[in-house]
Amino acid sequence: MSPSRDPYGDPTWLQHNRVKLALHQLDEHEKRVGHPLLLLHGLGEESPTELPAWAATWPGSVYALDFTGHGRSTVPEGGGYTPEILIADADAALARIGPATVAGRGLGAYVALMLAGSRPSHVRGAILCDGPGLTGAGPEPPRGVIAGLDEPSTSRESPDHWALLELSQDPRPPDYAVNFVRDASNGSPVEPAIAVVATESTPWLDAVVAEPAVVVLSLEAAIELYAST
Amino acid sequence: MYEWGPPGNPPIALMHGGLDFAATFDLLAPLLVESGYRPVAWDQRGHGESARAALYSWQADLRDAVAVLETVSSEPIPMVGHSKGGMMAMFLAEALPGRFSHVVNIDGVPTPKSAVTDVSDQDRPDELASGHEAWLDRRRLSAVAKRKPGSVDDLARRRHRLNPRLPIGWLRYLAAIGSTNDGDGHRWKLDPSIPVGGFGPRRSQWAMQVMTSLSEPLLALVSTVDEPMGWHIDPDEVAPFLPPRGVLEVIEGGHFLHLEQPEELRRLIVDFVAAP
Repeated sequence: MSPSRDPYGDPTWLQHNRVKLALHQLDEHEKRVGHPLLLLHGLGEESPTELPAWAATWPGSVYALDFTGHGRSTVPEGGGYTPEILIADADAALARIGPATVAGRGLGAYVALMLAGSRPSHVRGAILCDGPGLTGAGPEPPRGVIAGLDEPSTSRESPDHWALLELSQDPRPPDYAVNFVRDASNGSPVEPAIAVVATESTPWLDAVVAEPAVVVLSLEAAIELYAST
Repeated sequence: MYEWGPPGNPPIALMHGGLDFAATFDLLAPLLVESGYRPVAWDQRGHGESARAALYSWQADLRDAVAVLETVSSEPIPMVGHSKGGMMAMFLAEALPGRFSHVVNIDGVPTPKSAVTDVSDQDRPDELASGHEAWLDRRRLSAVAKRKPGSVDDLARRRHRLNPRLPIGWLRYLAAIGSTNDGDGHRWKLDPSIPVGGFGPRRSQWAMQVMTSLSEPLLALVSTVDEPMGWHIDPDEVAPFLPPRGVLEVIEGGHFLHLEQPEELRRLIVDFVAAP
C-alpha cells in the first residue's frame, strides 16, 4: 500500500480490541461546517483514495474507514469475522469523529444499517448503497458448510481471505434487519433514519425498503437530505 | 491440546462449553482411560491456555476444532461435547459426514424455544437497541479491559454463584488452573473480549434442523436442574426432533453433569460408543 494514498496525510489509527483500524480523512483539514460523513466500503474493498465527486458538496468533513482485514487496517490471524463485529469497527470511528451520517456500500450498507439501529443517537442518517457483499448467505446459513474449511490460508494480505469467505456466508434474515430499522427510527435524531440508494434486490434489503420509515432515493438526494439535517 | 492415556488406545474427542476450558474434563477423562480410550480435548481460541484472537465466531470455533481433530485420527471417532461444545459436535458431524462414529451431547441440545433471540418487536420495545449500545460501549473499552482480580478462593466463590451445585473444592481447582496471577491478583485466562451473550442472527430452528438430520448415532443427555449457566432444556420438547439414531437420557443433576456424576457419564458414554 503506498504511503501517499491518503490525500491529506496519514490515516488516524483507531484501536479496536487487538485490531488497528485506519480512518482516512478525505477532505482538506480546514474547518468545516456541519456534522461529518463516514464512508464504509464493501466486502474486499478499501476506502477511496480521494473525495468521491458525489460527496464534494458535503458541508462537514468526510471520513472513510478500512474495516478489519481490509485496506490498511490489521489483517488478524485465523479469521472469525461477523458483520456484527464490524459494527464495532464503525462505532470506533464514531467515537473519534462524533455523530455522523454513515454511507455504506454492499457489506458496508448492512453494517451502516446495524450501526444506525445499535447507536441510534449517533447516526444522523444511514445511506445504503449497492456494492460487494450486500447479500451474505441470504436469509439462512448454508447447511453443512464450515466457512473456509476447504480453502485454508495463512496469508495476511489485505483484503483478508477469511473476511471474503466468512462475510459472504453469514445469514442475514429479513426480520433481523428490520429490527435495526425500527431501532434506528425510534432513537434517531433525524427522519427518515434510513435512506436506500441501492437498486439490487436481496431479501434483507427488500424487507428494509418495505418499512414505512425508510426512504428510497438517489445518492445525490440522500446526501442533500442528510447534509441539511 | 490435552491427551489422556496410552497413545495406542482409540481416541475420543471432548469439547468444552462456552467460557470454559478443557480442564472441566479432568474427572471424566481419566475414567475413559480406565475404559480403554484416549480422550483428547483442547482449549478453544481465547479460552484457557489457548492464544487470544482478534476475532471470535462460531465458524472459527468449528474450523479450529477440525484443525485439532485432523491431528488425532483420520478414522471416524466418537465425539463428546458439553453445552456449546455439544452443539458444535452436531454441526461438525453435519459438515463432515463419516468423520465421527458417535455424537454425545451433554446438556447442549437445542430446543424449539431456546435461542429465539430475535423476538418480535412487540416483545422488546427498546430493549434490542439499548442492549446493542451496551455491547458497543464494552467494545470501545475492549483494548484496555481486564477481568476483575482476586484470590483463587475469590474466583472459585464467584464461579460458585454460576455453578451452585459444584463443590467449592473442585471450583478452586478450576480457578487455579484457569487463572494467572498478574501481580495484583488472579484473573481468569479467558479473553475478556469474548462476548457473553452478544448478538447476531441465531435461530433455534437452524440448530433443530441440524440435530434432526444427523445420520450418526446421537446420545443427548439432558439435566433436570436449572442453573444460571444451564440451557433450561425441556426433554419433552426435544424428543420429537431427535434424529433416527438418536437417544435421549434425562439425568437428575445440573448443567455440569460430567463434573457432578463422572462415573455415570462414563458408563453412559462407553455403553453408547460400544454399541454397534
